[in-house]
Amino acid sequence: MKRMKVNKSALVAHIVLICFVLFCTLPTLLLVTSSLSDNDSVFRNGYSFWPKEWSLGAYRYMATQGQTIFRAYGISILTTFIGTISGLMLTAMLGYTLSRNELPGRKIINFLVFFTLLFNGGMVPTYLLYVNTLHVKNTIFALLLPNNILVNGFNVLLVRTYFNNNTPKELIESAMVDGAKEFRIFFSIIMPISKPILATVGLLIGIGYWNDWYNGLLYLTNTKLFSLQNYLNRILLDIQFMTQSMAGSAEAANALGKMPTITVRMAIAVIGILPLMMIFPFFQSYFARGMTVGAVKG
Amino acid sequence: MYKRLKKIKKLLPLYIMALPALVYLFINNYLPLTGMVVAFKDFDYSKGIYGSDWAGFRNFLFLFKNSVAFIITRNTILYNVAFIIINTFLGILVAILLSEVTSKKALKVYQTVILLPYLFSIVIISYLVFAFLSTDVGFINKGILEPLGKSTISWYNESKYWPIILPIVNTWKSFGFQATIYYANVISIDKSYYEAAQLDGASKLQQVRYITLVLLKPVIIMMILLAVGKIFYSDFGLFYQVTQNSGAIYSTTNTIDTYVYRTLIQTGDVGMSAAAGVYQSVVGFLIVLITNLLLRKISPEDSLF
Repeated sequence: MKRMKVNKSALVAHIVLICFVLFCTLPTLLLVTSSLSDNDSVFRNGYSFWPKEWSLGAYRYMATQGQTIFRAYGISILTTFIGTISGLMLTAMLGYTLSRNELPGRKIINFLVFFTLLFNGGMVPTYLLYVNTLHVKNTIFALLLPNNILVNGFNVLLVRTYFNNNTPKELIESAMVDGAKEFRIFFSIIMPISKPILATVGLLIGIGYWNDWYNGLLYLTNTKLFSLQNYLNRILLDIQFMTQSMAGSAEAANALGKMPTITVRMAIAVIGILPLMMIFPFFQSYFARGMTVGAVKG
Repeated sequence: MYKRLKKIKKLLPLYIMALPALVYLFINNYLPLTGMVVAFKDFDYSKGIYGSDWAGFRNFLFLFKNSVAFIITRNTILYNVAFIIINTFLGILVAILLSEVTSKKALKVYQTVILLPYLFSIVIISYLVFAFLSTDVGFINKGILEPLGKSTISWYNESKYWPIILPIVNTWKSFGFQATIYYANVISIDKSYYEAAQLDGASKLQQVRYITLVLLKPVIIMMILLAVGKIFYSDFGLFYQVTQNSGAIYSTTNTIDTYVYRTLIQTGDVGMSAAAGVYQSVVGFLIVLITNLLLRKISPEDSLF
């Protein structure tokens, strides 16, 4: 019965916060209910939070006609997987090196990493470099390399700061006395005790790859390499592209009339955010911690 | 000298570990810097960046003679100012409200939900916006305006609405992130201040006004100055995807970043695009230097360098 005594300011806080929660969730809800609506009914009544006619038509269509979508989904998974693993390795190795104070030249390297956060050449020189010199256009590398998703100076400094504050120097020293080599120290001692920061940075890189559409927009014209985000991006502006790519041929385009164009788009967007919604509650604390580490300095 | 060499040799494995990431940063971030000269060239694809003829400042002259230079600069800065004000206000408000929540479970739900939009890609967000604003099937036209007997609005063709729409969308995406950062600072405030204030009979609002806000001041200043340092840059996705690249609303949605992209990819004018890019990089960098100077004056331990 003690709990009946409600704290007034906490009550106000709850009410206002629930408003913010609604502000955040309602648009997402509209996306989901739209994908679960009957296509013809949406034509007549528009997207709504409570469809007049519910339907799984969009998802059924996607399951049977969705090779293109699954291909794009596969490419998103592949680039996210490869990119996150390699990005995390590269970031952790550089960050660790920078945390070793006795290393000659450490300050210069540190500055070179930090400077990438302050100044960049801009879109045009970068574009020309990747297209004309490195020839990544229409290759899978176009999705993996440009735009600092792989290695980001911010992440490197985040890892460095963590190693600096949380790795006991004596541990490294005693391992050296025992004759362990640098590589062994890093992989068998440092990595296992640094799981929190590796989870945070891995999550940041992973979300970066999963959400990236910019690289595909700039460097892909071959739609076969489109990630899910690129595919979504394209069909929002170009409904014809969707019907063609899904139907696959002209005669199949006859079936076009049957295609639930308005709701399928929403269904694809829903399966695009599903992985994030599923994993995020478990990683939320890592993410918040990574975001609030303030001590990122040159 | 010999001793130093020996030390470097012993630490060689560390340099090898650092190398892959450094090579990447060199290629991705440093090689393009030399390519910035393209802004001063009369670019010709067949001759490449370095082989093309020099154009001096001609690209820049064209850029600034055009009224578009003023529009993109104005839009970039004004939107950023609006975003900074809204984000700071809501971020602090939500952080203080979160600190009043005692139930661990509720707290976790609130924190997770308000941060979720931050994880959505801007492409997904443009779908959410489309579900509301689509002329034919959007919720606002079909679900609100039509039932009320009002005439529908062609949102993607009316530039006057976007100075309202874009701040709402940006707030939706990023206030949770701001709140997360401020919250971490609010809960680190020593509880004894509040206990003492309560003994003196201070109301909740007075406590917020005279304790929380006062102690948050350094963080608030730092966060604002960090955002000011980026005032010459805009979120390309927000202004390109969410507006569906609609030409009719460029007057209120074109920013430096969208202009650079459109001029490069859609118009194919490499010189002009590069000139706008160099303008952004250089002025943006100067702004970073100035804000850092300010930071160093106000709170030296928070300055970037």
